[in-house]
Amino acid sequence: MGSQVKHEDAAKTKSRAAESNIRPLMGNEAIARGIWEAGARLAAAYPGTPSTEILENVAGYPDGEIVAQWSTNEKVAFDVAAGGSFAGVRSACVMKHVGLNVAADALMSQTYIGVNAGLVVIVCDDPGIHSSQNEQDTRIYAKLAQVPVLEPSDAQEALEFTRLAFEISEQFDTPVIVRSTTRLSHTRSAVLMGERADVPVKPFNEAPAKNVMVPAHARQRHPELFKREAALAEYFETSPLTKWEKGSKEFGVITQSVAYTYVKEVLPEASVLKLAASHPLPENALREFCASVKRVFVVEELEPIVQTALKAMGIAAEGKEWFPRDGEFSPELVLRGFEAAGIVEADEHEEVVTATPIARPPVLCSGCPHMTSYLALRAIDARVAGDIGCYTLAAIEPLNSIDTCVSMGSSIANAVGMAKAGLNERPIVATLGDSTFLHAGIPPLIDAVYNNANITVIILDNHITAMTGGQDHAGTGKTIRGTEAHRVDFEQICRATGVEWVKTIDSYDMGTMYRTFREATEHRGVSVVISNRPCVLDPVKIMGPALRVNGAECIACQSCMNLGCPSLTWSDEWHDGHHKVQIIESTCIGCTICAQVCPSNCIQPVEA
Amino acid sequence: MNDKSKIEKPVNVLIVGVGGQGVIMVSKVLALLCQTHGFEVKQSEVHGMAKRGGGVFSHIRFGPKVWSPTIPKGKADILLALEWAEAMRWLDHLKPGGTFIADTQRIVPPFACRNRKRGAERNYSRETPAEIIDKVKNGYALDAEGMAMTLGNRRVANTILLGVLSTALDFSPESWQAVIEKFVPPHTIETNAQAFQEGRSWTANAVKPLPVVSEAPSAESIDITTELTINTVWCKGCDICVKMCPERCLALNEDQEAVLIHPDKCTGCRICEWLCPDYAIKLHKRPNSQTEGTGAGV
Ligand SMILES: Cc1ncc(C[n+]2csc(CCOP(=O)(O)OP(=O)(O)O)c2C)c(N)n1
Ligand code: SF4
Ligand code: SF4
Repeated sequence: MGSQVKHEDAAKTKSRAAESNIRPLMGNEAIARGIWEAGARLAAAYPGTPSTEILENVAGYPDGEIVAQWSTNEKVAFDVAAGGSFAGVRSACVMKHVGLNVAADALMSQTYIGVNAGLVVIVCDDPGIHSSQNEQDTRIYAKLAQVPVLEPSDAQEALEFTRLAFEISEQFDTPVIVRSTTRLSHTRSAVLMGERADVPVKPFNEAPAKNVMVPAHARQRHPELFKREAALAEYFETSPLTKWEKGSKEFGVITQSVAYTYVKEVLPEASVLKLAASHPLPENALREFCASVKRVFVVEELEPIVQTALKAMGIAAEGKEWFPRDGEFSPELVLRGFEAAGIVEADEHEEVVTATPIARPPVLCSGCPHMTSYLALRAIDARVAGDIGCYTLAAIEPLNSIDTCVSMGSSIANAVGMAKAGLNERPIVATLGDSTFLHAGIPPLIDAVYNNANITVIILDNHITAMTGGQDHAGTGKTIRGTEAHRVDFEQICRATGVEWVKTIDSYDMGTMYRTFREATEHRGVSVVISNRPCVLDPVKIMGPALRVNGAECIACQSCMNLGCPSLTWSDEWHDGHHKVQIIESTCIGCTICAQVCPSNCIQPVEA
Repeated sequence: MNDKSKIEKPVNVLIVGVGGQGVIMVSKVLALLCQTHGFEVKQSEVHGMAKRGGGVFSHIRFGPKVWSPTIPKGKADILLALEWAEAMRWLDHLKPGGTFIADTQRIVPPFACRNRKRGAERNYSRETPAEIIDKVKNGYALDAEGMAMTLGNRRVANTILLGVLSTALDFSPESWQAVIEKFVPPHTIETNAQAFQEGRSWTANAVKPLPVVSEAPSAESIDITTELTINTVWCKGCDICVKMCPERCLALNEDQEAVLIHPDKCTGCRICEWLCPDYAIKLHKRPNSQTEGTGAGV
């Protein structure tokens, strides 16, 4: 074959001695390993792509060595980890970038306190917004909180930096952020693993002036942060983690994180200063490096943190002029930037074969219990304040029935605001999932009742945190390790907040759903409907028996196609200028929703 | 033919498909195979939306030293697609002269069946396998699922594709089989071994796929205009048509009479006409040559 690539027996020289300890690990697995190797005994998290697998992997280590727990939200996870640190055990909390907004309140004061045992905050950013609602840059939080932020560039560093973060935390009496990105978290590469450190539990530190943040104490602690920051900057000056790779004097590149690998890919011979942390910065090392080259470029994803700092130091560093402030970087994008900056010559692009891509947005699963709620909301023509979860997918065609979506838990209070603003020609409905309700939905529900808002809240209880891949929460009755736990009773919580009108219905019963939604929206004041059915994927994958469309009777009205069920698709037959519908039997789970909406009664069980 | 026993630059393999098809599994097989041959390997995927029927892709780069985890446009040595439209989406990542391997299986997303116009076609890739195989230099398009069914297990389709892939890379078939065995259920090792061989022998005699033909609807059903009339005297405001209209183009007015509020959205499906207990709704159809812009044209 013309295109065959020959490489059998290549690279045999590589040492095989340590091979047994080398394993291909995803960035997230490596971080989990780092937490465990550091001797941490406590880890808490709230799921969020791309961070979710970290705690799941921590839970793969024995319970006797490390406690792993899903917390109700990121602030709770942070506070639990801080509690562990107070109690003298190395502790970590894990979250996605937007989770840090939720935990920020605690971080901003914990930084004044510092730590007893090491306290590490793992945060995964999502440049390119692969699965998030924004692409904020965690490094700004590190500056705000005056804590170091370590930025590994591959899985090996992810492990090592995580381990080291605990050391730095204890040595400098500070929480430490380890920042990953989607690309690092979800790239697998070979990692040399180490042993678990045996770190003794420290006694509780009896120091109210340090641990109790009241104004008098906080005023004393604040200057300590400046000293700590200076000491940390000094640490990064001499640390081998700040790596100067010497090359041409024409230009130099300052970079970190995955961006470093892109720079190495496209400019392997360049002078590079690889930073381990964008904050605090080793100013002397930076000055020396910048003085050694004619032009300085900073290649950093998202915000110009390092570039701005260099400019403040009086160094004419280039960066965001050539490499965008939004989106994810790639070797191509870095190369284009250097081409535009006149550093490398634009290469001749050979003609590639192209085709027109089709739209394939993510969709709700076959038989997803969320489908019915949104179909019914469309039917009652509700104004829908949405929230974050699988059900956000109902915002697009064909369900097309969500008007707003901001951040986790926003739906209820958004609805309260709309109602109070007098938006009343259509019923105002807030929809949110079970996990989201527990995360941030209870305070706004209390607010709604207290302020007597005329809204309906629909809790889409699919008994799992589905969007992030099926994690347990306080409403599932199970812990991350699968042991039994107390199960929150949603009806009771709602009643306790003062809601009088609460009903739980079966998500697969279209008729009852229409009727209940109508009644609920006619009720004056706050009403809550709990739409109840387990997710079809987790904890168990629900399968068939499939239904079938009797093609002869299908009138191609497209009623069922409004569900957006991926098992429903057009057949090659036509009726009166429109495509008839067929069911893909291998994926249909037999939920019967389509049969319930079919006006010609042509969707039937597959006869054996 | 390159017969150096040592490669210098990383080899780039891009594996793509739709959530649930096993893209990640296939790439894990390749990654482990490369690793056992002593290469540095980076395998990068973005999941999250994977389970929700979106597109899934996995970049695999291996060689003596690999920096970036991702493959730029036009730089993939091999593009392996588990689904046809995904093959089309990523085609521009294949380097000129690279190897193109695609399953001709079509997974049509709900989004593609959205157009309610008369005679509307699926919004799915128009490029046919026959056409693309002509354009790429080393192209293979096969119905791996169909072949798997013949072997009695539709789930070995990916192993057939691995068999095809194995002919484009220079690892021995035995080392492939040894790695595949680690990933499949023990009782299917035999079938998977067969499937792998099937993929290899198919490649040896690869044939160009046949052009596909799809049926079109009759012209009389497309080239018409429909108009809906509602006899408000007979309408008692029961709301049935409003609730059942798939396009939500009907509403009750202040006098509790049904009205067509979105004539542009009416597809002329006749549900309201059939369901109205009072026979108050009538759908009129006229061939376009006879109408001059009246009523609800669709
Ligand atoms: C502050 C914050 N934390 C985490 C996430 C990630 N996230 C998105 S949706 C979701 C959970 C949704 O679960 P649920 O509300 O039960 O809805 P489901 O997906 O099960 O339908 C999470 C954790 C986020 N977007 N924002
Ligand atoms: S994962 Fe569960 S909740 Fe999410 S779309 Fe699928 S069935 Fe629905
Ligand atoms: S029964 Fe209908 S709606 Fe339910 S999964 Fe099957 S095709 Fe989809």
